[in-house]
Amino acid sequence: MLKDLFYRRRQYATLGTAAEPKPVQKPPEVVERDVPKGLVQKCEACGNLLMAKELQKHVYTCPECNFHFRVDARTRVELTLDTGTFIELDAGITSTNPLGFPEYESKLAKAQSATGMVEGALTGRGEIDGMPVLMAVMDPGFMMGSMGAAVGEKLTRAMERACVERKPLILFTASGGARMQEAILSLMQMAKTSVALRRMHDSGVLFVSVITHPTTGGVSASFASLGDIIIAEPGAMFGFAGRRVVEQTMRQKLPDDFQTAEFNLKHGMVDKVVHRKQMRDALAAIVRIHTARGWADAD
Amino acid sequence: MPTELDFEKPIAELQGKIAELKSFMEKNGLDLHGELRKLEERLEELTETTYANLTAWQRVQLARQIGRPTTLDYIKGICDEFLELHGDRHFADDPTIVGGIGLVAGHPITVIGHQKGRDTKENIRRNFGMANPEGYRKALRLMRQAEKFGRPVVFFIDTPGAYAGMSAEERGQSVAIAENLLEMSGLRTPTISIVTGEGGSGGALGLGITDRIFMLDYAWYSVIAPESAAAILWKDSKLGPKAAEVMRLTAADLLDLGIVDGVIAEPRGGAQKDPKAMVQSVREKVVATLRELSQIPIDELLAARYHKYRDMGEYIERQ
Repeated sequence: MLKDLFYRRRQYATLGTAAEPKPVQKPPEVVERDVPKGLVQKCEACGNLLMAKELQKHVYTCPECNFHFRVDARTRVELTLDTGTFIELDAGITSTNPLGFPEYESKLAKAQSATGMVEGALTGRGEIDGMPVLMAVMDPGFMMGSMGAAVGEKLTRAMERACVERKPLILFTASGGARMQEAILSLMQMAKTSVALRRMHDSGVLFVSVITHPTTGGVSASFASLGDIIIAEPGAMFGFAGRRVVEQTMRQKLPDDFQTAEFNLKHGMVDKVVHRKQMRDALAAIVRIHTARGWADAD
Repeated sequence: MPTELDFEKPIAELQGKIAELKSFMEKNGLDLHGELRKLEERLEELTETTYANLTAWQRVQLARQIGRPTTLDYIKGICDEFLELHGDRHFADDPTIVGGIGLVAGHPITVIGHQKGRDTKENIRRNFGMANPEGYRKALRLMRQAEKFGRPVVFFIDTPGAYAGMSAEERGQSVAIAENLLEMSGLRTPTISIVTGEGGSGGALGLGITDRIFMLDYAWYSVIAPESAAAILWKDSKLGPKAAEVMRLTAADLLDLGIVDGVIAEPRGGAQKDPKAMVQSVREKVVATLRELSQIPIDELLAARYHKYRDMGEYIERQ
């Protein structure tokens, strides 16, 4: 069962009948299903069949085994913020191919048409329980959520806005790490976001990082690990090196729960593991505590 | 002794021939100086063209050569006196990252760097330059100490990447590196980093957010080692040479991309050919740079550090 938790993550939630039509994300390998696409979704962990409506009602988690389906960035925003409050910012920022890396443009184009997004991160302003926040979401379906200069710039602007507007920043991470095709320039996005985060820290603005599946590599070794509070979704993989790489280094089998959110909680790397159904409330509580009047301002 | 790489073999062969000819001349009392001079000229030409036309992959191989000065060699050559300090005060002392305090040209500095082994035995003890979280935490402790006493920090970067092991994950490799990035971003003292060999990934960056970055001529610095990039991109780690060519990871590339502030020339054929001269050039660069940085008010320095990293990377913005 735990093993299943690990090897299950090939599919994306299909959102064909969700309230708002969204581009359906499907990696090419997702095919054989004996039911109409979009109407029914099979839980990758327990095999439970779920109607799309039901899946949506359960915020894309399996009611049987609590498996968390992967959701795209726009769905994440809808699940987190007060309805209708999200205003997207910097929507026009997209990648270029500064190193002339082979096949980068075609991979970008493929990711864009598969996700309906121009880049791997969605950022903007919104409200949670009536409290204004800045929100940033990395999309796991866009080139594996990898961070290039466009993603780095969008996240950096969100951090800078958080400082200027003195609003908390909630950042949902999902990333395979730095984007190979931008090589050293993508590595430097770790540095870029870190100098921006440093300013946030120095100006006392709240930064909450929410770890979703999977968060690894350069993203894990920078802002994902630098939240004032770090929350993780159940089962989300969170670690520096990928499981396969560690297995090769160690030449031994790793525990089934290796690098899961629960493993990270046990080892002290995250503050809390929160079920998607409770995520909104947990985030609202954190923001509320950080925006409440201080004792010096008591009546 | 450093062994020659494949592309260096023709040079070694020619050197062998010259040595043979010399001993033949001596043994037989013959004067073949004309021949000898021709061979020596050919050697000079071959050596020059070989090292003047290095491919990115050849540079990667040179950057990994055993016999290149290591961090401790630089420390010894740069500092008038030096005291190595140990331990992260949490868990252990990581032999892969060394650090301490010393005097350079009579002024105090803190030095922190990756330490590779000078032979196989030491390399095993140093974990081949792949640091554990406690190494990054030792670095963090020494940075804060340097800040407290107003000492500049010089970082030496030479790692294929941070260690990817079970224990490293359990003890927070990610957060150890991440916290260093945050700390270096705001460290209120001048900082320099020098990539002396391999600049592999987050493991390198974990010592690399600084006011000035320099690279040795044959060093490489990128998001990941080329073999690993090839494994990810083309599912074949043997395509490392191909990856190296497209990754733009050489010192000249990084200078061109505006990531590093300068390239420090190496002796022809690499630092291992003349470690003393290499250490001396690095010393001169460190001294000159620290003199320059120490004249800049710290708030100005921090603002410049912010903007330098803030502006890294290219993107398009459509309205």
